[in-house]
Formats: sequence, C-alpha cells, structure tokens
Amino acid sequence: MNIHIRFDNVTVRYGPKTALEGVSLEILEKQIFAVIGPANSGKTTLLKCINRTIDFVSSAKVRGQVLIDGQDIFRIRNVYELRRRVGMVFPLPVGLPLSVYENVAYAPRRAGIHDRHELDERVETCLRQAMLWDEVKDRMNQLGTKLSGGQQQRLTLARALSLRPKILCLDEFSIAIDPVTTMRIEDILRELKSEMTIVLVTNLVQQARRLADRTAFFIGGRLIEVNETETIFTKAANRLTERYVTGDFG
Amino acid sequence: MNKTSDGQLESALFTASPLERRKKITETIAKWVLGAVTLLLVAPVVTILSYLVVKAWPVLRLSFVWENPQDFMTAGGIWAPLVGTFCLVFLSLLAAAPVGILAGVYLNEYAGDNWATRIINLAVMNLAGVPSIVIALFGVGAFVLFAGMGRSLLAASCTLAVMTLPVIITSTREALAAVPMSFREACWNMGATRWQTIRTIVLPNSISGILTGVILQVSRAAGETAPILFTGAVFFVPVADHGWDSFFPYGLGDRCMALSMHLFTLATQVRGVSDEYMYGTAVVLIALVLVVNSLSIGLRMYLRSRKKW
Repeated sequence: MNIHIRFDNVTVRYGPKTALEGVSLEILEKQIFAVIGPANSGKTTLLKCINRTIDFVSSAKVRGQVLIDGQDIFRIRNVYELRRRVGMVFPLPVGLPLSVYENVAYAPRRAGIHDRHELDERVETCLRQAMLWDEVKDRMNQLGTKLSGGQQQRLTLARALSLRPKILCLDEFSIAIDPVTTMRIEDILRELKSEMTIVLVTNLVQQARRLADRTAFFIGGRLIEVNETETIFTKAANRLTERYVTGDFG
Repeated sequence: MNKTSDGQLESALFTASPLERRKKITETIAKWVLGAVTLLLVAPVVTILSYLVVKAWPVLRLSFVWENPQDFMTAGGIWAPLVGTFCLVFLSLLAAAPVGILAGVYLNEYAGDNWATRIINLAVMNLAGVPSIVIALFGVGAFVLFAGMGRSLLAASCTLAVMTLPVIITSTREALAAVPMSFREACWNMGATRWQTIRTIVLPNSISGILTGVILQVSRAAGETAPILFTGAVFFVPVADHGWDSFFPYGLGDRCMALSMHLFTLATQVRGVSDEYMYGTAVVLIALVLVVNSLSIGLRMYLRSRKKW
C-alpha cells in the first residue's frame, strides 16, 4: 500500500497551548485510519492540518511537515485545490441555508462546474452515496437546514463527496445523530474505502474497531501508539492504550 | 410511612405556609412596580405625540405638506424643507451605506484579531460617540472649506454621512456576526474562498439585518440639526411651487432647507409665526421618523419569519 498522508514531526501551538507535539505518522492509501483519544488530545487539530483549515486559526503556529502524495502541503500555492481534494465532515451537521440541491452543488459550482446536466448527475451520485437520495429526491428545493439532524449529517457527507475527494476526513460524525443513521454511514464508509483514503476521528472506541484498518491513539497532543487496529485492540504495546481501549481509563 | 403521616405530608405540601404567602405578596408587588415603570416609559411618547397633534391640528392639511413656506415663513406649508430633508437623507446614505457596509464586511470577515483591528474598532466606537455639533465643525473644516464644497447640500450630506457611518458599520458587523460560523467553515472546507463564502452564504443571509441598520439611520439623519446647521442648511430657499422643479429644487452645490432646521428657525428666529406652524412641522418630522422606524421593524419581522435556519 502506498503512503497517502504523512505527518513528519508536526507540532501545533495555539498561543502558549500545545495541541500537537512532534507527531509523526503515516496514513495509507484507500484505508480507514482511525484516530482515538480523550478530549483535548489534538484529534481535531490533526484533521485541520490535513486540509490546512488550521490557517483560519490566527493564533495557530505549525512546525514540521504534512505530506500528501509526497507534497508538503504547507508549501503549496493553491490551498483551495487542496481543500477540494479533502472532504470534511464535522461533529455537528451543517446544512447550508440553501436548497438540498444547492447544498450539494455548492462546491462544484465554486470549482467552476456550471453545466446543468453534469451538476444534476453529480448531485444525484453524491446523495446516493450518502444514502440520502431516496429521502430527498422529491424535495430537492427544500432548505437543507430544515432536514432532520441525521439527514443533515448525510447531506454534509454528500457535500463532502461532491468534489470526488481523494481523502475524506470525519470528525466524530456520529455524536449528533441516532445509532441507526450512524450504522448506515459506517456502511457507506466501508464502501467508499475502495475509492478514497478515510481519516476517522472518533470518541467511540468500538467504532474505530469496527471500521478502521489502522488506528492511532493520542493523549494531550502526543501520539502514544499507532498500529493495525487489531493489534491496538488486542496486543497494545503501551499500557495507556490498552487501558483506554478497554474502557479502564479516566 | 403509614397512611396518616402520608396524608399529613400531602396536606402540608398544598397549604400555604407563611413563607409561601410572603413570596406571593412580593411577587405581586414586583409585577405591579415593574409594570408601572414600563408604563412610565410610554407616557412621555404618548404625551408628546398627542400634545403636538392637538397643537398642530389647525394646519394639518395635505396642503401643509404640499405647499412652500410663504410670507417669511408665517404662512403656507413645508414642502421646501421636506424635500430638503429627503435630499439630505438620501445623499448621506448614498455615501455612508456603501462605505459602512464594505468596512463592516471587512472588519467582520477578513480582519484578524490584531492591534490594527483593535485600533480601528476603537476609532469606530469613538466616532459613534462624537457629539453631533463636533461632527458639524469637522464638516465645516473638511467638506465646506478643505474640499471646497462650500456650504451646500453636498457638504451637509457628507457631514451627515460621517455621523451615520459608525452606526452603519456596527450594525453591519452585528448582522454578519449573526450568521453562524459553522456555515463559513463548511464553505472553506470545500475550497471556497472567503469572498465566495461571503457572496454566496454570508451576505444573502445577513442583508436583511444590514438594511434594517441602514434604514434606522434614515430617521437619525432626518432628525439631526447640528451637522447641517453650518454645512449647508439655511433659513429659506425660494423653491418652485409647481412642476418638475418643485420635486428636485436643490442642486448638489445649492444650499437647502431641512425640516429639523426649519423647526429650529421657526422656534427661535422668526417673529410673528403662529404656534401651529411649528407644531405642524414637528408632527411631520416625527411622523416621518415613525414611518421609517416602523418600516424597519416591519422588515425585520418579515425577514425573521423567513429565517432559514
């Protein structure tokens, strides 16, 4: 397997507070890579480094390198192109105050796709991938913000897929939605794995075990352990990892 | 727990204890005192309005609005100052609204949290607190003299614009800040630039609040006397009674009349003007302000009902 994303000694500070400390890890292509760890362990910061939305945090200072396909993303010129290649799904569902159709067509339009036929096709594909199509196909003009929480989260997923990203990042996507929707999205992720690399930040240890090929465990901005998921859950090298994944922690 | 003690407990729960009675009395007193104070607020407004309308009743005809002042302002109507006020308000907002809105967008959407931004914020806040007479003097210095506009409609409008600008900036920022940050983040994460995000998501969902802020400045600009006193408004300008010229009587370089100035003049400078003309002018000015304010309240209510999230 090829290395898709590589963190090379990455340190992120927000003012005096250190969010990530000397993190080095490799994320392999077309795998699901789970990141687990207690609150404040730097999981979200890790994701923000992948699509460089860390740039929007004015107090953040980043040292070290993040390489995607061998390219240092903190040195590339076209950061917007980078963000188009990385789909992001956040903990709370965000339906943009636009119609369902326009929610999904938003990113393609901004990227310069205006052909109606192509947009229609893309919107349908993404909504089908996110298993939302059947529920919304008759109300494409309804506001995305008026959908239910679970539907909005799948809408967010459809939006993240709308630019056919090579990398999909999910940040605790399941905390605001019901278990059934969670299971459906997990099924979606297993299918998407054949097309893209998935980075999954989760608080649900079992979710990581269900889905991930490899898992990394963080505490307080430090990478404690990274390995095959099965190894992490059965033969963790570090005592802390073992206690965390078995629920004996805190 | 046996039956009797159970029964006792329940009855104790529902009978009024001395504490409960005291609480109830306090509650009643609080309700009436707060209500009375609120009523006190309404009283001056109602008194002023009714007093003005009663006093002005003899002149309150449509022709009062429609006719020009006559006989050294002791007769006729208030058409010339009314049109003057319209011109002043329109031109001042034409200058202040774009600048204020664009500056507000910059400050809320682009500016980082650094010392430069903080200084600008402080400047905007201070500008909003500058007394209108000081703004008037600034207008004389900057527009009338330095920019060579002379005492004119243009100079007066610019001075009013300086006065309304900080409030428009502030209300624009508030309207923009009301759009959830998560919408912006969602767009940025999809590779949209800041401007694309502003144009497609932030502005369409805040334009109502921005407009409400601008409209509220109409009434403020219409009511102020000081800023136009030295910069362009005058006692009296002869204005055509009929036809096209009566609708656009003032050029940009002309001096003009204005309602607030007119009222001030009638009250202090002109001898032998009967009271009802003053009161009539005041009623029209207040009516204008009330209409504009209710317009903005109506707009806000309409848009709130259409809120998209």
